[in-house]
Amino acid sequence: MSSIAEHTVEHIHRDDVGSRLGMWLFLFTELVLFGGMFLVYAVYRFTYPHEFHVAAKELNTSVGALNTIILLTSSLTIVLSIIAIRKNNKFLSVFFQIFTMVLAFGFLINKYFEWNIKIHHGIFPGSEILLAKGNGEILFFGLYYVMTGLHALHVGIGMLLIEVMTGLTIKGRINSTNYVRLEAAGLYWHLVDIIWIFLFPLFYLIT
Amino acid sequence: MHNNGHSVSYLDYKGKHSGIFAWILSTDHKRIDLLYLMASLLFFAVGVTFGFLMRLELIAPGKTIMDAQTYNSFFTLHGIIMIFLFVIPGLPAVFGNFFLPILIGAKDVAFPRINLLSWWLYILGALLAVISVFLPGGPADTGWTFYIPYSIRSTTNVMPALMAAFILGFSSILTGLNFIVTIHRMRAPGMTFFRMPLFAWSLYATAWVQILATPIIGITLLLVSIERAFGVGLFDPALGGDPVLYQHLFWIYSHPAVYIMILPAMGVISEIIPVFSHRTIFGYKFIAFSSLAIALFGSMVWAHHMFTVGMSETAQIIFSLLTFLVAIPSAIKIFNWVATLYKGSISTDAPLLYALGFIFLFSIGGFTGLIQGALSVNMHIHDTSFIVAHFHYVMFGGTGFGIFAAMHYWFPKMFGKMYNMKTAKTGFWFLFVGFNTLYFPMFVMGWLGMPRRYYDYLPEFHIYHLVSTIGSWILIVGLIIMFTNFYKALRSKTSYTAINPWGGETLEWTIQNKPSLENFEVIPTITAGPYEYKDNEENLMKEDS
Repeated sequence: MSSIAEHTVEHIHRDDVGSRLGMWLFLFTELVLFGGMFLVYAVYRFTYPHEFHVAAKELNTSVGALNTIILLTSSLTIVLSIIAIRKNNKFLSVFFQIFTMVLAFGFLINKYFEWNIKIHHGIFPGSEILLAKGNGEILFFGLYYVMTGLHALHVGIGMLLIEVMTGLTIKGRINSTNYVRLEAAGLYWHLVDIIWIFLFPLFYLIT
Repeated sequence: MHNNGHSVSYLDYKGKHSGIFAWILSTDHKRIDLLYLMASLLFFAVGVTFGFLMRLELIAPGKTIMDAQTYNSFFTLHGIIMIFLFVIPGLPAVFGNFFLPILIGAKDVAFPRINLLSWWLYILGALLAVISVFLPGGPADTGWTFYIPYSIRSTTNVMPALMAAFILGFSSILTGLNFIVTIHRMRAPGMTFFRMPLFAWSLYATAWVQILATPIIGITLLLVSIERAFGVGLFDPALGGDPVLYQHLFWIYSHPAVYIMILPAMGVISEIIPVFSHRTIFGYKFIAFSSLAIALFGSMVWAHHMFTVGMSETAQIIFSLLTFLVAIPSAIKIFNWVATLYKGSISTDAPLLYALGFIFLFSIGGFTGLIQGALSVNMHIHDTSFIVAHFHYVMFGGTGFGIFAAMHYWFPKMFGKMYNMKTAKTGFWFLFVGFNTLYFPMFVMGWLGMPRRYYDYLPEFHIYHLVSTIGSWILIVGLIIMFTNFYKALRSKTSYTAINPWGGETLEWTIQNKPSLENFEVIPTITAGPYEYKDNEENLMKEDS
């Protein structure tokens, strides 16, 4: 037996393709997770078409549209930050990452006021005003809170993720030769975006 | 080519942490495996204890040792612990972690840190499950299925139990994700997909099911939690929600989940059978693809758990038909195993005994599954102890015996010690006899109408319950014999140095017992399939002639 103390193997293993594959698989599980809720939505929309129609009219389409524009823009800025780091422009990359986070924060503020107004009007799960409405409307608003709430949670997680990436970029650990983590965060951000792309028409546009 | 015990074993390796942190912060797949093994065996012991006490309660009609509420909590905890904490991680997370990288000639899994994270999530989920027992309000009493509307009305600690299952699901997803990327990216040079050992194939199929199905249970349990916390109404019939929709979502995961549990066990059996009959496995590709076929068909049969809820007849017929179809790939495996044994030069060591036990018990479990898949019969035996017997034949007789087989098969490689073979065989026979005595009467009384999950029963069922309870004692004696045998082997001073005790042809038998941190000093180059027996009979015959 050789001496134990000298046995320190450098355990470095880097495989960008593997990392990307892992991220895609993870995104896939996220899609399935939301897929469960879209299924619930579909079933109840089918069961209560008229009440869903009535309830959807109470949502403010312009607020939803504004949030859609914010998120789409943020998807662009995160891509720009990846392009910037590929071209070895650290400053621009950090700038676009921070810009993305600002947009994400804007989305959450917008969402906060939107929820706040609804709650102010007495429309929230278990409220008397909501319980006085038909079952379909109760379910519509229930789904509205649950689905946009879970989406907002993902926006928050995405923000945290990008913040970590910004730190790594500033430290130089994400650089023009090793940016797979930033790419992964970008992919996650696109997922957050694409889920909203489906939530927006389902709740705001189909009335 | 192979190192002869010169490298420091993974058990003695000194990393940057020391003491217990060298274990709970280790990213070595072999150490994580042992963490999983110890934790899951601990929970297995707890689950067995609950099962034992329930059987003791049922030894005679009326109250024997516990009240009805305790009994309800016991079968809930027994289910949650056995399924989420023992059977699901039992093969992929425990033996998959240790042997998948070695079997495909890799130094570790693709994401070692995520691997450690999944163990920590497992522990977090387990702690929540334990906490739910001791919080005021009492342990959950809904059964492991959390059926609505009772699970949103029950005043027991359903919430921590739901969260526990949610987190354990997340842990399972990360393991699956890790394995898929490992298999795609880390195979040694020359290790093509069709040169992978069948255990690796079964883990691959399992990993896909873990990734595809588990998020559904995640969101479903989350919705039930939200339901309990805020009363949103999504599944609450009082607010227009549909409890049957909950059942669909639950089984969309939980049926494929039984394949998460059984597929890796089938992989283990596919490793053991050729080694102990010293023959190339019969129908390698069929076994490999039947794993994928089981994963595929198994994902489309969930509603056969719900034939009595009032689905449309068309739906019932389709789901019944698909259920029968799952039997085909399972039968392909069984036939191939038996064909491998045929004319083999069989050594009946303990791993093979457990593998044969698996085939016998799983066949009974599988056939009774077909009986229940038939619509008219299902009406009769739905929610009776027939289903309990079927489930235990498949999950305990199948996966449980698969886990025991894996333990006996890989024990010398993992620990560099050898257990007493004679005791191991004695243990098997106690387990096998005890198992059948315990569960077979449940088929009979279920057929006669004994409902499952009932605390009390009519006097005419007494004899079956009595036999069943006696069976549970024999079974536990078997478990004690088996684990004492392992424990003694671990404590013994003599180390076992033969690196290939069974004559296996897969990669783990080419490296030292208690493998080193990186498994292989030099990554091997693979030039042949996994079960090419030098001394198989065809070659012998050629030499003779």
